[in-house]
Amino acid sequence: MRVLAAMSGGVDSAVAAARAVDAGHEVVGVHLALSANPQAYRSGARGCCTIEDSRDARRAADLIGIPFYIWDMAEEFREEVVEDFIAEYAAGNTPNPCLRCNEKIKFEAVLNRAIAMDFDAVATGHYARIFDGPNGRTLHRAVDDGKDQSYVLAVLDVDQLAHAYFPLGDTTKESVREEAARRGLAVAQKPDSHDICFIPSGDNAGWLRDRLGSEDGPIVDEEGEVIGTHHGAFTYTVGQRKGIGIGQPTIDGRPRYVLSIEPLSNTVVVGAREALAVSGIVGERPRYPGVRPIGERRGLAQVRAHGTPQPCTFECTESTITANLDEPLLGLAKGQALVVYEGDQVVGSATISQTMR
Amino acid sequence: MAPVAIEAMVREFGHVGNASSLHAAGREARRVVEDGREEIAHAVGARPNDVIFTSGGTEADNLAIKGLYWSRLKADPKRKRILASAIEHHAVLDPVQWLADSEGAEVFWIPVDSNARIDLAALRNEVERNPESISFITVMSANNEVGTIQPIAEVVAIANEYGIPVHSDCVQLFGKAPFDFETSGLACATLSGHKIGGPVGVGALLVKRGIDLVPVLHGGGQERDVRSGTLDTPAIASFAAAAKSVVAQMGTEDVRLRALRDDLVAQVVALIPDARVNGDADSSGRLPGLAHFTFPGAEGNALLLLLDAKGVQCSTGSACSAGVPRPSHVLLAMGMSESEARSSLRFSLGRTSTQADVDAVAEVIVPVVERARLAAR
Repeated sequence: MRVLAAMSGGVDSAVAAARAVDAGHEVVGVHLALSANPQAYRSGARGCCTIEDSRDARRAADLIGIPFYIWDMAEEFREEVVEDFIAEYAAGNTPNPCLRCNEKIKFEAVLNRAIAMDFDAVATGHYARIFDGPNGRTLHRAVDDGKDQSYVLAVLDVDQLAHAYFPLGDTTKESVREEAARRGLAVAQKPDSHDICFIPSGDNAGWLRDRLGSEDGPIVDEEGEVIGTHHGAFTYTVGQRKGIGIGQPTIDGRPRYVLSIEPLSNTVVVGAREALAVSGIVGERPRYPGVRPIGERRGLAQVRAHGTPQPCTFECTESTITANLDEPLLGLAKGQALVVYEGDQVVGSATISQTMR
Repeated sequence: MAPVAIEAMVREFGHVGNASSLHAAGREARRVVEDGREEIAHAVGARPNDVIFTSGGTEADNLAIKGLYWSRLKADPKRKRILASAIEHHAVLDPVQWLADSEGAEVFWIPVDSNARIDLAALRNEVERNPESISFITVMSANNEVGTIQPIAEVVAIANEYGIPVHSDCVQLFGKAPFDFETSGLACATLSGHKIGGPVGVGALLVKRGIDLVPVLHGGGQERDVRSGTLDTPAIASFAAAAKSVVAQMGTEDVRLRALRDDLVAQVVALIPDARVNGDADSSGRLPGLAHFTFPGAEGNALLLLLDAKGVQCSTGSACSAGVPRPSHVLLAMGMSESEARSSLRFSLGRTSTQADVDAVAEVIVPVVERARLAAR
């Protein structure tokens, strides 16, 4: 098939492109320029889409022997990912921009262009597996538990999954690095990227403060008693303990945690650790990379990219995914993604809109 | 590269000797360099002494622009204004902008019409507003994207009324249309080796007698103290061989390319009726080997990728340092919208191009444009 390989300049996408070539496909490499003003160099593992990254991607494509292009996706990325990220924080939620990028950029804007240009699939260096079964395609965890990225891909729907290609799902990160070195790819030892790519400083709170302002507001306890002042509610995250900014010690001497953020009243609610416990989760805007199961099911719920899967009973409808956890989880924020699995198979994802103790 | 240029280069690679050394090997190298200087001077109607060898067109442009600016400013601190056409190559655009950003120059970008021809009335206006404050004028002799040949004689005539020096980037024009430095009246003109079938990494700035330039590269004092650096004897020999050959073919090769180009344009326009041909409306006012189209609604990058997959290599505008394609400043200066500029594509024809190449483009252009239109946002 004709494969468009998205090449970030990192080791994973370079090896993924090389494997697509080995598999006999006609491969074209594309580097997505996501920043209108790219920085010259990446600093450590932070940031992406620097000039250095685009050079690394081009060099890898040249070594693999495939045509290479740079697609300017800065405008789409700003609109769909960065603006959404800011708006979600302004609404008191804690979004995951990587899921958003996979859904809206890599497997929508890029995929649609690729299909229009007669490509059959978009290949990425994500660690996840796709199986073709009797009921169509299904999305599964990678064999490397430590690198598994099925969580951030759980936003794909059936049509997107039909054109997705993840050549690395059945290998470990370690062996991918070895393979890159064997292939002579200079990016073999390049550090993995972490954090949010469009906040290269890593200072998420400061970045948000620059964009959303920092209006002081009350920090209240569960009874509504004002116990402090914050400088911008959106820079808090549910479950946060450090740096809340309550001057005096609490009456019972126990630490306080952020329980919720109420953007309309610009209020941060804090309370004891137990108050963070959540047993029931409701997610909106569900996405199913396969057949939606009917009725209550047993499975696993995951709420963070590298969170521990929690045994649960879940139900998937057209408008929600509900999960009831066997054991309560601490510190869940609205806006995070709920992903439910059956074994290692992704059933669906949804944006957390409600949590119950 | 042209075979004669490869031959000359390979021959000189076998010789040692620094052209600035006084020993026998050095003298031999010096002879080759000076033969080359005379050959190139002869090819462009300049005196050998006018030819300053550089590492290419970009360096020659930088030397002309910074060298003229600093030298004219030293002679009269009022001379801070640079008049440059809005469609210059980045090798001119960027040093001019740098002088404005860092050295206090004031720039007037001479506008162009929809054919990419500079507006002479606007130029005259700007000159006459305050001629004493002008450092120099720079206008390329032919545009590298759409191929429009510029009215250099008229520019020089205006400038001469006030004693203002004119520089012209002749990289595109040289070898494709007649050029005579002596009669052009230009103060400086830029040439490049690789655009005429010579090697990359060599070029020249022609500098009229009596024009002072402040050097950009300081060092051993080569090239009349204007451009220091060991002379690249093999590259100069090769450049000279290419220049001789390209001038000898003038009147045949340009005629052949013009016919091929006109056929490409005719075929493409017949197949894609809404395609627009850019540059001078009269095709004789454009360089022979360039065909520049706008395919409304199609994305230039998609066109490029799809044509490349079919074995057709062409180009969109220039890319930024990260390689992100930007809408061409030339097309924007011609009055195109960003989306029109992004839907544009340049085909270049040269020494190795044949009728079969033109027919191959015609064969694939319809499905390619259709797909590129689907891929547009």
